[in-house]
Amino acid sequence: MSKAKDVFLDPLFNKNPIGLQILGICSALAVTSKLETVVAMCLAVIFVITGSNVSISLIRRQIPSNIRIIVEITIIATLVIIVDEFLQAYAFGISKQLSIFVGLIITNCIVLGRAEGFAMKSPPGLSFLDGVGNGLGYSLVLLLVAFFRELLGAGKLLGMTILSTTSEGGWYLPNGLMLLPPSAFFIIGLLIWVLRTWKTDQIEEEN
Amino acid sequence: MSRDSTAKVLTVAFLLCLICSILVSAAAVGLSSRQEQNKIQEKRKNILQAAGLYEEGRPIEAQFEKIQPRLVDLQQVEFSREFDPTTFDSRSAARDPEIRYRIPPERDLANIKFRSRYKVVYLMMDNDGNLQQLILPVHGKGLWSTMYGFIALADDLSTINGFAFYEHGETPGLGGEIDNPSWKKQWPGKKVYGPSGETRIDVLKGTVDEDSANAVYQVDGLAGATLTARGVGNLLRYWMGEDAYKPFLEKLKEEGVKP
Repeated sequence: MSKAKDVFLDPLFNKNPIGLQILGICSALAVTSKLETVVAMCLAVIFVITGSNVSISLIRRQIPSNIRIIVEITIIATLVIIVDEFLQAYAFGISKQLSIFVGLIITNCIVLGRAEGFAMKSPPGLSFLDGVGNGLGYSLVLLLVAFFRELLGAGKLLGMTILSTTSEGGWYLPNGLMLLPPSAFFIIGLLIWVLRTWKTDQIEEEN
Repeated sequence: MSRDSTAKVLTVAFLLCLICSILVSAAAVGLSSRQEQNKIQEKRKNILQAAGLYEEGRPIEAQFEKIQPRLVDLQQVEFSREFDPTTFDSRSAARDPEIRYRIPPERDLANIKFRSRYKVVYLMMDNDGNLQQLILPVHGKGLWSTMYGFIALADDLSTINGFAFYEHGETPGLGGEIDNPSWKKQWPGKKVYGPSGETRIDVLKGTVDEDSANAVYQVDGLAGATLTARGVGNLLRYWMGEDAYKPFLEKLKEEGVKP
């Protein structure tokens, strides 16, 4: 039971895919200027990682090793297209804002990393937990980044005004940099710093 | 059958492709009508927003009732029935050698090289069948991207009722401020054409001097987004000029809307 718990909880802080492994950065930079899009993106990624982990784990004994990466990518791509179609049908506004980044979940290293590194050699139950855990670990970082970017860049959270900006007659002068992708880089950098100050075992040894 | 034999590889690959393609096509086919509906709604919403008619919360179909799409042949300067205006796609038409029009480089202010010969315009009529408002699609290059928008003209076909972009890829916070409501609200009331019919509308660099006689043709520029603002001015001067809508607008003014 403790193994299942570790598999599920480790990706949140101890082995966070963005924080420790520095994977999935490109989408973390691209979609985090608003919380709303991030929530949709996170749900999509959680669904894709979990779905691909479970289905790959189910057929892991059947997959010939010389085409395994192709098989994994095909399954991931199928799930991503399905998510994209659903977003276009039921959340059109959000899907327009996420645009190409839904499709790019296919190339998100976290998904393939979990498929290849975990699901190929673990039973479906554990793979499911691992998928949800990693999806949540990814989401946690994205939500934090988007929280700061939307708040400091636009004075809003989920579209609701928190700090009234000068352009609307308030007092807050928004920081335009926060709306541009590099700011996500800075925030992720700071988060990793905080994380490694707290969990000192994540600090890499210097050569 | 061993796990790495050729037969096994082929079987797994074949079955995987089959199952995945069934899933993908099921999703695509099953959801396509809803997606199409969304796209139509989105476009209608943009048109309503440009015209300043959009009301949050009211069903878009009901709001769109008074607006009728019509196909215009810009080369023949007349309404045309060549294609169905509800489905005509002028973006793909601009790539179709049969019906696209190459814009002479010296006239190509909007920097788009080609445009469709046909455009879908939207007429808003009052209950007596008189034209109240005309909504025209326009597009052109900003700094990074092609910006697509709609401009709504009042019944004198020169006064702007509304102007908004629905798609662009300009820098958020700088050029992206073309979406800012406080910038957009400058447009209503401005005039496109001068007294002798010349295309005067422009976006300035800096702010408009309200006392100047030209103020009615001018809109404030955007701080930190000179090139985007210039692109907006240029695309309007192209589309409202001789090479695009102007001959059609003049004809419409003279002859009125014929069924």
